[in-house]
Amino acid sequence: MSGAHEQHGRSDHPATEQKGNTPDPTRRDWLFTAGVAVNVAAGLLLAIPLVGFVFASFVERKDPRTWISLGPLDSYPEKATRIAMYRNPYTRPWDGETADIPCWVRRLQGNQFQVFAINCTHLGCPVRWFQESGLFLCPCHGGAYYEDGARAAGPPPRGLYQYNYKVENGQLWVKGGEMPTLSNPV
Amino acid sequence: MNWLRKSAIWLDDRLHLTALYASTAGHEVPASAGSWFYVFGSATLLCFVIQVITGACLAFVYIPSTNEAYTSLEYLNHAQFWGWYLRAVHNWGSNFMVAIMTAHMIQVFLFGAYKYPRELTWVSGIFLLLCTLAMAFTGQVMRFDQDAYWGLTIGASITGRVPLIGSQLVHLLLAGPIIAGETLSRFFTLHVFIIPGLIIAIVSMHLRLVLTKGINEYPKPGHPVHKATYDAEYAEILKKEGVPFVPHAIGKDLIFAGIVIVGILGCALIFGPKGPGGPPNPTLVDTNPRPDFYFLAIFAALALLPDWMEVMVLFIAPAVLLIFLLALPFISGTGEKSARRRPVAVLLVVFAMLVIGVLAYMGQTSPWSPQMSGWSGDAIPVEYVKGRTPLELHGALVFQNKQCRNCHSLGGQGGERGPALDSVATRLTKDEMVRQVIQGGGNMPAYGKKLSPAEVDALVAFMQTLRPKYVPPVRNSDKPENPKPLPRDVAELRSALPRMNR
Ligand code: FES
Repeated sequence: MSGAHEQHGRSDHPATEQKGNTPDPTRRDWLFTAGVAVNVAAGLLLAIPLVGFVFASFVERKDPRTWISLGPLDSYPEKATRIAMYRNPYTRPWDGETADIPCWVRRLQGNQFQVFAINCTHLGCPVRWFQESGLFLCPCHGGAYYEDGARAAGPPPRGLYQYNYKVENGQLWVKGGEMPTLSNPV
Repeated sequence: MNWLRKSAIWLDDRLHLTALYASTAGHEVPASAGSWFYVFGSATLLCFVIQVITGACLAFVYIPSTNEAYTSLEYLNHAQFWGWYLRAVHNWGSNFMVAIMTAHMIQVFLFGAYKYPRELTWVSGIFLLLCTLAMAFTGQVMRFDQDAYWGLTIGASITGRVPLIGSQLVHLLLAGPIIAGETLSRFFTLHVFIIPGLIIAIVSMHLRLVLTKGINEYPKPGHPVHKATYDAEYAEILKKEGVPFVPHAIGKDLIFAGIVIVGILGCALIFGPKGPGGPPNPTLVDTNPRPDFYFLAIFAALALLPDWMEVMVLFIAPAVLLIFLLALPFISGTGEKSARRRPVAVLLVVFAMLVIGVLAYMGQTSPWSPQMSGWSGDAIPVEYVKGRTPLELHGALVFQNKQCRNCHSLGGQGGERGPALDSVATRLTKDEMVRQVIQGGGNMPAYGKKLSPAEVDALVAFMQTLRPKYVPPVRNSDKPENPKPLPRDVAELRSALPRMNR
């Protein structure tokens, strides 16, 4: 068994040597090259769907954001900031409550709103609204924002992310569906 | 008996076991390598094996779906026979693994074991370090609770800061635009298949290098490594004092291994499993996310850095550190091995450990985070309201109601985000207080829009009383408390008048 693979050099295996030398060596080289080529091609055929599968997000970039209703206008009293919740439009049946996304709705007056993402602009922790001091505070590294979302103190590099919103059919709608980050604010 | 012997010989002839044994477990090592300092590598591997076994068992029950993961963790804790204990062993195994791996790395560094000809052993070890940290992070995600959810958010936000392709990378990391079902599947695959597979591959290389390049002899001061002579010297050492690793150098490894196992099992028994904490529901915003202890130091650094340094520290510093670690055996591949002759190396280790330790401690205590319940939970100490005027008492109310306590402490209670205010009247004058409250500054938000002038008056009047007994409040030196004496003559009066009236 072990000798069968060795074509050159072993003088104590005369039979093998003979077998290995009789056919044309260029044919063996050709077979080797062809074998490598076939496998490279097959490997590519395998790799294309694999890479495409794993890195799908680089190829198909549909905008995941859509208009989402946050409920009737009168659940948001004027001059107040309330927490609201929506089901993320991009969701799978097995997502559970993890796909329920909160946000802060501030109604200035009438149809004038500000809808803030829950995520701190520093590193994404959930900011919390403090009515009396009129601040959003972040529990992670102590970021603070004023009631209009402007940065007040701490490490955040900018004010809170704000959703685009519209008022339609007596309801408040926001355009959402993606976790906001610095390179991709809502 | 003869047939037993015969079949043993037959088996060995087919399986080549004696040859395998002689070139692995029985290979010769310098007798000096049978030291208590040399036990950490094998113990790290032991921890990994424990992690693989307990992890495989947990995977029998765990469901990597965002909807079910939390429930399956609770099931493991409360319903599955021995489930809580295996979760605890897996958690403590990971703690031990990171700790012992760190000890191993420090030992290798201080004993100069990374020098010629063992450069690639060190380099493969660095990759194992990275894999282990990746296991720690993905493992924290497997415990899919509130902390895991927000930890992922922090990870995504850091990724989102990568220039140019940040948002694509976030999408890739989360397997979607938000943290949801596919995110957990992705991290499960990494934690259970990909990274452990990588670890097994790299460990094989690491061990093979230990066999082919030999274990570092116990370094002696004054015996520097020279590329030209080292190999011959090492062969000489082996010839003179070489012993087979099994059974003559493995004794201390075995004892330490036993201690580690008992340590892990004991900690698991005493402290139990970790979490899961609150359910992974992002709408429960009343949360205080903290990472596992391996990442507390980074967490703390991110709170303490000025924001212009952040991108630098997040991306450039780790890259520089990694390049330094990978390049180390090529920069200082020869020379003195003994820590007694390498003061800079010792200082480097002490410095790194102090930085990480202090940052981790700060991450644990997080003095920069507002204490979200300070305003409602911590009352103003009685002696701070005794004998105060109505205006000052009203100020105390404003102080409490406007949630100043979230950031400022009184009597040792309250947040530490801002300075303690127990003796603020000895530091700030009345006017300075008014300005600080209305305009903010330093790290304090401005409250001008949130307080009426009357409230500011009351608040400042109260703060003027915050000083030790018998110490007067500070005052502005260019606005003397008492009026100046009257001018004695017209010339003095004229010179005291404002310039334009002259
Ligand atoms: S995440 Fe909010 S301050 Fe860091």
